[in-house]
Amino acid sequence: MNSLIPLLVAAPLLGATLLLLGGRLFDRYGHWLGTALAATSFGLGLALFSDMLGRDAEHRSVSQYLYTWIEVGDFKADVAFQLDQLSVTFVLLITGVGTLIHIYSMGYMAHDPRRRRFFAYLNLFLAAMLLLVLADNYLLLYAGWEGVGLASYLLIGFWQHKPSAAVAAKKAFLVNRVGDLGLSIAIMLMFVEFGDFTFSGVFGAADQASEGKLTAIALMLLLAACGKSAQVPLQSWLGDAMEGPTPVSALIHAATMVTAGVYLITRSSVIFNLAPDAQTVVVVVGAVTLLFGAIVGCAKDDIKKALAGSTMSQIGYMVLAAGLGPIGYAFAIMHLVTHGFFKAGLFLGAGSVMHGMNDEVNMRHYGGLRKYMPVTFVTFGLGYLAIIGFPGLSGFFSKDQIIEAAFAKGGTEGWILGVCTLVGAAVTAFYMTRVMLLTFFGEKRWQTDDEGHEPHPHESPAVMTLPMVVLAFGSVFAGGLFAWNESFVDWLEPVTGLAHGDSPLNATTVTLLTSVCVLAGVLLSWLMYGRSSVPVVPPVGSLLTRAARRDLLQDDFNHAVLVRPGSALAASLVYLDSKAVDGFVNGLAAAIGGISGRLRRIQTGYVRTYALSMFGGTLVLVATTLLMRSV
Amino acid sequence: MNPVNYLYLSALLFTIGASGVLIRRNAIVLFMCVELMLNASNLALVTFSRLHGNLDGQIIAFFTMVVAAAEVVVGLAIIVSIFRSRHSASVDDSNLMKL
Repeated sequence: MNSLIPLLVAAPLLGATLLLLGGRLFDRYGHWLGTALAATSFGLGLALFSDMLGRDAEHRSVSQYLYTWIEVGDFKADVAFQLDQLSVTFVLLITGVGTLIHIYSMGYMAHDPRRRRFFAYLNLFLAAMLLLVLADNYLLLYAGWEGVGLASYLLIGFWQHKPSAAVAAKKAFLVNRVGDLGLSIAIMLMFVEFGDFTFSGVFGAADQASEGKLTAIALMLLLAACGKSAQVPLQSWLGDAMEGPTPVSALIHAATMVTAGVYLITRSSVIFNLAPDAQTVVVVVGAVTLLFGAIVGCAKDDIKKALAGSTMSQIGYMVLAAGLGPIGYAFAIMHLVTHGFFKAGLFLGAGSVMHGMNDEVNMRHYGGLRKYMPVTFVTFGLGYLAIIGFPGLSGFFSKDQIIEAAFAKGGTEGWILGVCTLVGAAVTAFYMTRVMLLTFFGEKRWQTDDEGHEPHPHESPAVMTLPMVVLAFGSVFAGGLFAWNESFVDWLEPVTGLAHGDSPLNATTVTLLTSVCVLAGVLLSWLMYGRSSVPVVPPVGSLLTRAARRDLLQDDFNHAVLVRPGSALAASLVYLDSKAVDGFVNGLAAAIGGISGRLRRIQTGYVRTYALSMFGGTLVLVATTLLMRSV
Repeated sequence: MNPVNYLYLSALLFTIGASGVLIRRNAIVLFMCVELMLNASNLALVTFSRLHGNLDGQIIAFFTMVVAAAEVVVGLAIIVSIFRSRHSASVDDSNLMKL
């Protein structure tokens, strides 16, 4: 059974290879092949999962050695996989949502001339992401980590004829590189400290290392997580990444890849648990991003960018929970999975709306679409109820647990975090209600596009609505299923550990408080966008609104702090190079040339001059000889 | 006669030859001056041989004569070919080697 594990990665990898190398041969049915291989992977995942369920908790983690990748002297790196409760959860999420989005893309990308390539990249992404979560050592994880970065780059820039998409892809890649640097430094530190980078080796030896070193490793891992998961301060790429096709935003930039950072932190829980200072930083990053993303989400008129802000904010929740230590890991992963369902569903819904509205993304040009797109409306609506934490739906269970865990951190810290998460919940309710109201309710504000096409909103084909329906089911029931008897937490407990903090508030109070916050957010949003009519041209807005429309000045900040000093440094280096280095070399050449020109005059070409110099030389020789003799 | 006088004569001849080489332009004359210098040194060598009472100097003088003969062969050939191509035996005209 374990020998099936490499096949999980191999199936989509085969798809990517065939579709990329096969060329036009696969143009007609390449999307079927890609989808079939993604589904194969999901089937294998299910088989391995049921096999794992058949064993008792201690024997659930299995590993499978494939081959030795690098062997130099004492250094040895294996390609080996580890399938435990945490990775199988990810495998099912990635392949399950991945397969659904493959199916959806068959409809969404039906008229794209480069459809085969799109499915090749999607398969490549699945292979890399599965490698990331299945690796049993940090080096192989790093390979997967880079692979998903590459796939993300290729897919964001899929419509590379649009300059904005090309630039967004480059931006995502560059910002991710900063995070990748963190991961590579972390791996090097581990190798120096432990002489090993397998999970078992590092975690086994971690308690003998000094706290300072562990903190350094943990902070570098956090940097990596920040890059991949779009957390402050490396968050600026996610909003622009929405330039990619919508299925990509759903799969990579909402459900799976951006959660890799949370996986990394949870997987390295042993290291983080031993480095409390780093954990504090993780929590701060999570709390800041949670509010940052939520505020940005409130101001965006572009439906995908509003959802991107929301993704950032929800991942902020997960990172915060992961930073809380054993009281939070399981809830972070639980929220990650439920978020995978409802956020993928929301993005697919947004894609369906755009599909019906001539690719319009401005929500101020939507309105009243619920009658025209009933399936999209219902599935999107269920996703919406799930994300704001409507009682009984997925988000309610997972987010509530995180808020509880935040309070349970204890002391002033616990209160601050708890209030942050509560405010986050209220703002989430506000912006998601805003998206809902602007898109599906109110009067029609449809605009004729530049080429004179009037929008004729229509429901998307079944191949697109089916995945949305399945994801809506997940959004509704997954949370309840996971929370039932604490089954999910018990499931993950052997990997992440579990602790119960003592919360200053009991569970019922937290639930009540959350519900009040959510209700307040929804009500405020309804007052602003539901009761009164929405202007097509956005009002100027307050200072905060204007800042939030510019992503809270993240790009201006990066530009002022990093880009401009960077270019100034580069310019001064160029100046130094051309003036000082080149100047020295050129000066030397000129000096030698000048001296040579003068020395050349000695060579007159007259025989007598040479004869005279020979006489002179002889005289000197004779005189010297005589002088030496006489002395 | 005092052998030192021969050395004076030798020095005189050498000086004449050397100044000839430095002053004259005609290649043939230059050549003759070089011969004069060689023969002046031969005279000095033979004189020293006489003074020291051994044959070393005379043997070296023979060598010098052989070298001078070889030099004349090569030198005259060069001068003739220069004269053929440039219609002049002046050494100042043959200054093409300088830049």
